Amino acid sequence: MTSLYEEFRDPPAANVPTRRIQVYVNGERRTVEVEPRLLLAHFLRQALKLTGTHTGCDTTNCGCCTVLLDGLPVKSCTVFAVQCDGRQVQTVEGLALASELHPIQEGFKDEHGLQCGFCTPGMMMASKALLAENPNPTEEDIRWGLSGNLCRCTGYQNIVKSVLWAAEKMRNQ
Amino acid sequence: MTALDEIKIGGIGASRLRVEDDRFIRGKGGYIDDVVLPGMLHMEILRSPLAHARIVSIDVSKAWQIPGVRQVLTGEMMETRNLAWMPTLSYDTQAVLATDKVRFQGQEVCCVIADDPYIARDGCDAITVEYEPLPPIVNPYQAMEPDAPIIRDDKLGQVDNLCMTWEVGDKEGTDRQFAKADVISKLHLHYPRSHPSPIECCGSVADFNRSTSKLTVYMTTQAPHIIRAAVALVAELPEHMIRIISPDIGGGFGNKVPVYPGYVCSILASILCEAPVKWIEDKTGNLISTGFGRDIYLDGEVAMRKDGKILGVRMYTTSDHGGFFSDAQPSKFKIGLMHSAFACYDIPNTYMGARGYYTNKAPGGVAYRCSFRVTEAMFFQERMIQAAADDVGVDQAEFRRMNFVKDDDFPYRTAWGFLTDSGQYGKCLDVGLKAIGYDDFQVQKAEAKKRGRILGLGISTMTEPLGAGNSREYDILGIKMFDSAELRVHMTGKAILRTGARTQGQGHETTWAQIVTHELGIPAEDILVEEGDTDTAPFGMGTYASRSTPVAGAAVAMASRKVKAKARKLAAHLLEVSEEDVEWELGRFYVRSSPDRGVTIQECAMAAYSNMPDGMEPGLENISYYDPPNLTWPFACYICTVEIDPDTGVWDVLHFVGVDDCGVRINPMIVEGQIMGGLTEAYAMANMQFITFDAEGNCVGSNYMDYLLPTAWETPGWELHEVCTPCPHHPIGAKGIGECAAVGGPAAFVNAVMDALKDYGIRNIDMPVLPDRVWEAITYGHDIDGSPPVKTDAE
Repeated sequence: MTSLYEEFRDPPAANVPTRRIQVYVNGERRTVEVEPRLLLAHFLRQALKLTGTHTGCDTTNCGCCTVLLDGLPVKSCTVFAVQCDGRQVQTVEGLALASELHPIQEGFKDEHGLQCGFCTPGMMMASKALLAENPNPTEEDIRWGLSGNLCRCTGYQNIVKSVLWAAEKMRNQ
Repeated sequence: MTALDEIKIGGIGASRLRVEDDRFIRGKGGYIDDVVLPGMLHMEILRSPLAHARIVSIDVSKAWQIPGVRQVLTGEMMETRNLAWMPTLSYDTQAVLATDKVRFQGQEVCCVIADDPYIARDGCDAITVEYEPLPPIVNPYQAMEPDAPIIRDDKLGQVDNLCMTWEVGDKEGTDRQFAKADVISKLHLHYPRSHPSPIECCGSVADFNRSTSKLTVYMTTQAPHIIRAAVALVAELPEHMIRIISPDIGGGFGNKVPVYPGYVCSILASILCEAPVKWIEDKTGNLISTGFGRDIYLDGEVAMRKDGKILGVRMYTTSDHGGFFSDAQPSKFKIGLMHSAFACYDIPNTYMGARGYYTNKAPGGVAYRCSFRVTEAMFFQERMIQAAADDVGVDQAEFRRMNFVKDDDFPYRTAWGFLTDSGQYGKCLDVGLKAIGYDDFQVQKAEAKKRGRILGLGISTMTEPLGAGNSREYDILGIKMFDSAELRVHMTGKAILRTGARTQGQGHETTWAQIVTHELGIPAEDILVEEGDTDTAPFGMGTYASRSTPVAGAAVAMASRKVKAKARKLAAHLLEVSEEDVEWELGRFYVRSSPDRGVTIQECAMAAYSNMPDGMEPGLENISYYDPPNLTWPFACYICTVEIDPDTGVWDVLHFVGVDDCGVRINPMIVEGQIMGGLTEAYAMANMQFITFDAEGNCVGSNYMDYLLPTAWETPGWELHEVCTPCPHHPIGAKGIGECAAVGGPAAFVNAVMDALKDYGIRNIDMPVLPDRVWEAITYGHDIDGSPPVKTDAE
């Protein structure tokens, strides 16, 4: 990223190391200077302004921060940004193509698979990984496949229906 | 001219897809952590590692040495601004930042404000606090010991740990009923401490603008107007210069009602730093310091005739309020609406005595998916009902039916003084029994027993009071509990609606529009719903205690009716007839004698801005402040069958049936979503979700590795049924529903397990009904009391 100028309020502390990384986020190459301790979730949210990835619990339990790293689901609150150097990251913002929703997004809306919406991006990314591996899942497959993601509002029944809805649409596409 | 189809245009009864989903499924929701303002700083909180300790010294000098640290707040600094303490929702005080001592693990001690949250956290780590440990108190029975250390030594005249006492009912009348009873059934129960735990934690972005003196605070709050009033009073800022914005909220469940120290500190930090300051709580901070739910013990007694007719009920509650009495509840009631227990049963006399104690645990006592302790009330009620049915030897379904308030008894005044107004309790029970296959199951259970399998069936039936006010009886800190809606119909017939409520997943943006559609015939998609900004929304009490539809939803209907009354005058003018000759059908006024001659609501709207009659004010908008005449009383019947593995104590739900009567359903899809969510929380509380403390006052359940929430894998499937008895006083006949399942659900699960274990001589296992507790009960043939793992002599 280039800018005409950058103003520092204080001279940066001399002992803070940084590393330059290149990450392909939703297909776009992003080159950013980061502290090694910066978590992927915060990198996405704060550096790249992709705020669809939420942080819920800090301990890899709730799954709100689920993104795909080289196609596999990871909880971005326990991955360092520097670990993603040279790799592909997909977030909820990369699900829809321009104005066209992904079938998973359609399914969640159609089957009332969300209420407050906070867990939804992570839920949908986990669903994407699940359907990539198993395009024709049973209810049980979905319940097991999404057991790394917590939802406090829906009671999951409609989330399961949403994923079944999406699976059917994707199979017919 | 064919009449409009209300369902097609998204009116009442339409399972309209939610409009808010469009942004959420794209990752474009705007939650608190998504708010970014220019020059914004970040605040982190340093919390006490000890439950009870005197603060000897605080050294913040090393924090100041970290580049990027902009401000450090301590209790001493707060004290100089008279902000070290703040009022609670129950007329007590709560420390903002500790000055004298810490009273629970996780209490706020210092705040560090820095350029980014990582540096702010570094700053917290660099602070040294020296504590002198004091003996901690972790339950009310320890708190009432005569030599117990006094937790609230800051309060003048406080000589013990008693925080409140309260009684309600007819003691002597109840005593007389007990004296003539054939059977008295007794039960000691504990409803363990739980945490609402929305996935999104609390947070705020405070922005004080010195040049305009205006304070804007983005805040995770379910009640923005109450917060505005509280900030005006606590921070002594003029109310008109305070703007509270509640952005998209990632779940509330009662946790986001109170004012927390983090909010107050972020405001002061913004004033001191002259920059916006963001505070985002981490999960541990949320679980160990913010509003908990429940944590209450019961000694309950039911007096009966030998045929099973209930004559009287006594309830004695002992509650644990933590370090500060900050229960969120109407001020008249000290243990919430606990006395709404047994409202669905016809009982001549009842009495309740309540006492609450301070302990070295987090404060809160919030209405966790609940109308002020009704969750505890209905759980105790249904556990007592099951034990009473067993004790008197009457079938549990029949016992309920014979004691129910009957359909033609309404309006019915309960012995504790509530007025229930409608319901078909017997019918709901019938629907539930049929769906679960009650008689077949008894046969199945007996068969299974022969093969060493243990099955059980549990019932929970209840009506609960939802939708506080009325304002005569319900207020919070003196502010009456009404709510509001403001409807503005634009020239082209599109509209904007604002209410004093605040959605947190309930779907107000979708359902409020449906009420307007029902009243005015404006298609729901033409109505924008906005909430949560105190500068634009009318004053309201917010969303909690299932009060939005009963109160704000009623206000939406009433504001629409006021708009319609003016539209009628416009229609008469346009149709050149007198107002009396104008008739209404959905979306259209017409001339009574000539139905083809009519004008649509949209045409009336245009006329309001372009062709109003002489002497009429222009515009088509109105506002309603709705003070409900009574609470609404939904009824629910939840029935559950379980199988227990005697070797492991694991119990599985075989079948769950829910029958809800919440009156008219505005959006059936959303109502069912609310019920399924509530049932899952009920299952969680019965099965795994609890917070407890070790003897040192360390919180067990301070993160999602210890505080277990059910996932899709263990959550059972839900079978839902509907009965509809419209609320007689609500403008559209609706009743509250958001919490019914969480309130009535837990007892269904626990009753099912207890039904299964009846043959083992087990009468009670307190929640959470963990497998090891079930195994212990089966193996040793005794009850399991209290909350794991801390047990006291009193338990």
